[in-house]
Amino acid sequence: MVATGKQNLQLDWGTIALYGTLVLFGWMTIYSAAYNPLLPSPFAFSEEYGKQLVWIGACIFLIVVILYLDAEVFNKLAVYIYLFFVLLLMLVLVIGKEVNGAKAWFGIGDFGIQPSEFSKIGVGLFLSKFISSSGLQLKNLRMRIQAFAIIGLPAFLILLQPDVGSLLTFLAFILVMYREGMSGNVLIAGFASVVIGTLSIVIGAGRTTYPYFGEMSSIWTFIISLFGLAILALIFVRNFVVPRSRRMLYSVTVISLILASTLAFSINYIVDNVLEKHHKERIYVMLSLPVEREDATYNSEMAKITVGSGGFFGRGFHQGPMTQNNYVPEQWTDFIFSAVAEEWGFVGSVAVILLFFALIYRLVALAERQRSQFSRVYGYCVAAILFMHLLINIGMVLGLAPIIGIPLPFFSYGGSSLMAFTILLFIMIRLDAERLSIFR
Amino acid sequence: MNNDNRRYTFLFIVGTICVIYIVRLFALQVATSEWKNRGSRLTEREVIVYPSRGNIFDRNGKVLVTNQTVYDLMVLPKEVVAFDTLEFCKLVNLPYDELKEILKKSVTYPNVKYKPSPVIKQMLPEEYALFAERLYKFPGFFVQARTLRTYPENLGSLVLGDVGEVNKDILEKHPDYRKGDYIGLNGIEKSYEKELRGKRGIKYVYRDNLGVEHSVENGQLDSAAQEGVDLYSTLDAELQKYGEKLMQNKRGCIVAIEPSTGEILALVSAPTFDPNLLVGRARGQNFAALAKDPLKPLFNRATQAQYRPGSIFKLAQSLTALQLGAITKETRIACNRSIIGCHGPHSMDDLEMAIVHSCNPYFRGVLQRVVEANRDPNNRANDAAMGLAIWNEQIRKLGFGSNLGSDLPGMKKGNVPSPEYYNKKYGVGGWNFSTIYSIAIGEGELLINPVQMCNLACIIANRGFYVPPHTVRQIGRGGSARTEYVTRIDVGVKPDYFETVVNAMEKVVGPGGTANSIKLSDIVICGKTGTVQNEPREDHSVFVCFAPKENPKIALAVYVEYAGFGGTWAAPISSLMIEKFLKGGTTNTAREEQMMNAKILN
Ligand SMILES: [Zn+2]
Repeated sequence: MVATGKQNLQLDWGTIALYGTLVLFGWMTIYSAAYNPLLPSPFAFSEEYGKQLVWIGACIFLIVVILYLDAEVFNKLAVYIYLFFVLLLMLVLVIGKEVNGAKAWFGIGDFGIQPSEFSKIGVGLFLSKFISSSGLQLKNLRMRIQAFAIIGLPAFLILLQPDVGSLLTFLAFILVMYREGMSGNVLIAGFASVVIGTLSIVIGAGRTTYPYFGEMSSIWTFIISLFGLAILALIFVRNFVVPRSRRMLYSVTVISLILASTLAFSINYIVDNVLEKHHKERIYVMLSLPVEREDATYNSEMAKITVGSGGFFGRGFHQGPMTQNNYVPEQWTDFIFSAVAEEWGFVGSVAVILLFFALIYRLVALAERQRSQFSRVYGYCVAAILFMHLLINIGMVLGLAPIIGIPLPFFSYGGSSLMAFTILLFIMIRLDAERLSIFR
Repeated sequence: MNNDNRRYTFLFIVGTICVIYIVRLFALQVATSEWKNRGSRLTEREVIVYPSRGNIFDRNGKVLVTNQTVYDLMVLPKEVVAFDTLEFCKLVNLPYDELKEILKKSVTYPNVKYKPSPVIKQMLPEEYALFAERLYKFPGFFVQARTLRTYPENLGSLVLGDVGEVNKDILEKHPDYRKGDYIGLNGIEKSYEKELRGKRGIKYVYRDNLGVEHSVENGQLDSAAQEGVDLYSTLDAELQKYGEKLMQNKRGCIVAIEPSTGEILALVSAPTFDPNLLVGRARGQNFAALAKDPLKPLFNRATQAQYRPGSIFKLAQSLTALQLGAITKETRIACNRSIIGCHGPHSMDDLEMAIVHSCNPYFRGVLQRVVEANRDPNNRANDAAMGLAIWNEQIRKLGFGSNLGSDLPGMKKGNVPSPEYYNKKYGVGGWNFSTIYSIAIGEGELLINPVQMCNLACIIANRGFYVPPHTVRQIGRGGSARTEYVTRIDVGVKPDYFETVVNAMEKVVGPGGTANSIKLSDIVICGKTGTVQNEPREDHSVFVCFAPKENPKIALAVYVEYAGFGGTWAAPISSLMIEKFLKGGTTNTAREEQMMNAKILN
């Protein structure tokens, strides 16, 4: 399985340069945010920035290994890699170390490995293999169910940890399937679900006194409004739509109403009765609903203050007062973007967002130029996973998404995340390097 | 079916999110400085620089009140890391349970973890020194220096007053005070709060990544603290201390004033207490104990007590009657003891001798001539009302019924009965002279405050004026007293009329006088004894005086509660005070010892 034809390798240096820039910028931010004045050396291996250097070294080793492997390997071993990580996800539930209430880590001495980060590689590879080898586009229901099963198995295991953040990133694969031909209604339905879910939490947080029924959750107001909308839609269909389409639209309206009401009820029920208090508060904080304790708003407030503290040009490297005084707890992990925003300001923050956009854009371009469907699907997997992390992580720091602990790729401190994203990305670069010699 | 176009949908979704985030970043970072300002409030600590409160000196430059540095141990919960609680408790000498409670409180609303809360307040330098060196081992704990009052001479607790932390009421009324500030609550500390307080300074500091504090914007926003102004009080520490010693184990008060200036030389309220008791951590406990004491040491008898003045009021009656033309110094009135009792062998005194003998029927007659002057021949009640109004107006000019414009906080005004007062008590027309004549001899409804008594002695000593009694002669070194305390107030009595009264007072302290025993060979004391009845208890012993007769230097009012005859206690104490002030002490150590050792607390 040793790679042949090395002389043909056409590495996409633009992507590699973007990767290098992000990793370097990320490490500098960790160095600033986790700075320990007693150990100022970047090679202080007891500190986060020293450890991260070790991980970066490990990544360089991994990159070399990946580039020396035959591109065929990833296609051929996709299933086994997938099964290997599913096995690890099962194992971690048994022998894993519990951190922050989730059994998500294998502890090896001082270092920890988070299999859920790596499992995305397995899912990406297997999904690509499945879609490309079936020779069909995702039109057929049976295929769709099989594809969802590939995604669903590891997702379910992650839910058992439980790690809601990592679970949400699996939504990336739905975007991939959309690209590969799944109906766009899925995206519209997803968007509608988000709107209905949000409204049901916001409206359901209040209480209203209803005639005859007395005081109840305001969710009923929302349900009544949905029924009203449905009735309006039915009247519209009856009066303005050609008769032959009416039947179909009637059923669409009724089914939509049933689904929307069920969704609103379930979400309201889950928020009120299933979620733990701190999860509920996080969601309330994001939606600017009142919470009882000041603690619940603390992280979100501090993150926003830290971002605002940066101003247009930022406070400068090692100069951010909020960052240097550790106002944001464990800022070098999930909240690292707030350190970027404070020390490099609006200019630096926009630069980071644009770097990520450029990387995603480049990955889409790489994917689209593949002759092999396997490589193309895989390229979209990488781009979509990066996007989901970007969406949730930066949204959380900016107070637009609930506080969900997932890392910002290449920036957040932690070996699992950095290595997983490096492997994910460089497999794509390796695949792309042989795009001319592979036909299917 | 070709889905190639879906790449644009994908990129469109990614691009839209990026744009939303950039707009959000713009809103947080550029469009408003709200978030940045909130950050500044967190990281740029506002350090309050407490000015040291002004010192208070006595009239000879002796320090009466000054400051000592104490330390508050504070905790900033945000910076606390896991620490050896047992070691810490041992180090700062704090029970573990208390520490736990304090730490819990420091993060409970309204305290938050990025604002410091006190752990131990007001440690003395020697307490702080015990752990100062090892405090660095406990991040998040630090000390803040503050100053507390201290009283090196240990005297004058009530006249100097005390300071305490502002309470909620004060905070609501005075927005320039903040929680934790000190404010004068009593005495000079209260009446000169504005001068003593100084101005709080504010320093903005910002901590860099090494934890070193830097000033913000080169200190341009800082405001410097302004030290409180020193006060040079009118008090004579030696005299005050001596008076407190003479009054030990007694109830009552001494007021000593320099007549020509109105400067209060001593203001003793007995029993007294160590002013240092009301400072520091033990303040609350000590205050409660003092407040519960049945002898009421916190009650300033010199300013807040209102006594019936007794015979000494005959001096005021004489001046008033002379000025109103009701009598002359030659007027003789029979000592008719059928209506009102009298003492000693005399029957038809003139004014001077009536004062010396304290002849009660004489002064009943004097007041009758003032009040019943036939202004309304047809109505005796109305006649009395008209007469009393005239009397009231003149007697008030002598300072009775007012707080004299003094700088002593909480001065009581006393009661000088007016026609309205009696109308209220008995109904209009329900009273006449025979109802009210006991005020002629300083009894009845009259209420006078000891400072007013002493002020009367000042008026007589000055032959016609007084300066409002006050406690501060210089605001700031080389400064002057408040303008109202350099102005003489004329009492509207012709200077000639004073001679009879002064001569009579001289005779009181002479052969046959009621205070003959205190006569000094070298100083002429002019005085008047008083004995205020308190059936069934012992009388109050009262004496007012000034000395020397010509060019008087000191006027005194002494009130010893439940002690008996005025000549026995109040007069000797007065003479000892005069000797102390004019000569530095007495040679009559037997009397001195007798007075100091006497215990009159029955
Ligand atoms: Zn008589």
